[in-house]
Amino acid sequence: MSVTVRVPAPLQKLTQNQAEVKANGRTVRELIDNLSENFPGIKERICDETGKVRKFINIYVNEEDVRFLQMDETGLKDGDEVSIIPAIAGGRDVGNCPERSRGAIAGGEK
Amino acid sequence: MSYVKGLKCRECGRLYPKDPLYVCEYCFGPLEVDYDYEKIRKKLTRDAIESRPTNLWRYRELLPIDSEPTDGLQSGFTPLIRAKNLEKVLKVKELYIKDDSTNHPTLSFKDRVVAVALSKAKEFGFDTVACASTGNLANSVSAQAAIANLKRYIFIPADLELGKVVATLIYNPTLVAVEGNYDQVNRLCSEIATKYKWAFVNINIRPYYAEGSKTYGHEIAEQLGWKVPKHIVVPCASGSLISKIHKGLKEFEKLELIKKVDTKIYAAQAAGCNPIVTAIKEKAEIIKPVKPNTIAKSLAIGNPADGIYAAATVGGSGGWAEDVSDDEIVEAIKLLSSTEGIFTETAGGVTLGVTKKLIEQGKIPRDESIVVCITGNGLKTQEAVYEKIGKPIKIKPNITAFEEHVMK
Repeated sequence: MSVTVRVPAPLQKLTQNQAEVKANGRTVRELIDNLSENFPGIKERICDETGKVRKFINIYVNEEDVRFLQMDETGLKDGDEVSIIPAIAGGRDVGNCPERSRGAIAGGEK
Repeated sequence: MSYVKGLKCRECGRLYPKDPLYVCEYCFGPLEVDYDYEKIRKKLTRDAIESRPTNLWRYRELLPIDSEPTDGLQSGFTPLIRAKNLEKVLKVKELYIKDDSTNHPTLSFKDRVVAVALSKAKEFGFDTVACASTGNLANSVSAQAAIANLKRYIFIPADLELGKVVATLIYNPTLVAVEGNYDQVNRLCSEIATKYKWAFVNINIRPYYAEGSKTYGHEIAEQLGWKVPKHIVVPCASGSLISKIHKGLKEFEKLELIKKVDTKIYAAQAAGCNPIVTAIKEKAEIIKPVKPNTIAKSLAIGNPADGIYAAATVGGSGGWAEDVSDDEIVEAIKLLSSTEGIFTETAGGVTLGVTKKLIEQGKIPRDESIVVCITGNGLKTQEAVYEKIGKPIKIKPNITAFEEHVMK
């Protein structure tokens, strides 16, 4: 089986700049684990230290917010589309920042 | 003169430059303006503020622009009204209405945030502004962009009240009515913002735009004679306004313009769209989105971007939250009109309805000062009350008819 995953701009550095990738998993949780095998480091960005999806990331399965479904236990089937979206944007698709917003860490880390 | 150091992630604290950015690329948290308060402290005194024109720019050092303000030069500094008649009805000692239903130019608190957003968008060099709106923002972006000679694209849910559609179209924008609810409009706009280099005031300009709401809080404190009320009741849609009002008060405390802030903040929503109220009551860490169904369309955001901050603001202040039915909203609109002569929109009905409920529940004590935040004008949502306010008495133009039908 294969699920299409739309990756937001800030995570595309980890997916070789691909906005869409394929992955497998019977649930959203399994899908994230599978993504991480192919794109190391991506799980740590999507999930917090306890393994839960970060507060400011929304995940949509076929355009429905998983919070209306079974959260990260939401089941997946062949051909499904999963979008990973920054919550503040409320967006469905990838790369919802304008050009200047991308890759823009300049002030250093703190 | 700039008092802004840059942007900072509200979650992880990472720093970003002053650009049209809005989300932390590491943890996806929202970005917030980072001010140099030490520098501001030297400039912003009570005397300085009181000497300035009565608009929102009198707090200019606490607003995120680098050059002189160019927009909203008549916006803000709306009346704070002691509501004596309403005090009697609600049996409370000290009640105020902060009345943004008279704000300039489009009769809602959105004139504040748009003033800041457009001034900032021009600094960034944008020639086109846009927004996703439940109505009031559409009115304000459309009007203020007309004044500023900016191109304007406005996106609204297709089922919006006629008054809000007319009060947008009149300023000649490109108005797009999207078949869907606000959350879907917002999602679409996020995609459009990727493709087009526009200043979306509540997307890529959001960190700057949202700061304009602080002035609502600044004004409450200044107009009360440089002190804070014990209780403030605020309507919640995205959840931005409530935390910014509180931030405005805390900034004044930090700058020693007022004493310690001990104000309790209360969130008001409609029962048909209450994700923030639910989270507060259940002490939940996340906001569970809902599908909105309420006459309070300006508050009908089921997936509130700043919901967790709204809940944190209320919780941290020792406040509480409540929701009201559509019938209670209409009753509260009528109550405010018949006692204080203020015709508010459905959101104002939500806020006053919730205030009444919280007083009756004993959550807000009757002997302490209360401010009710009225943020929009009833002329824009007439269909909500039209069937519920009686009808004019129609007569022939003679005294007999008058006495027969009116004075009987």
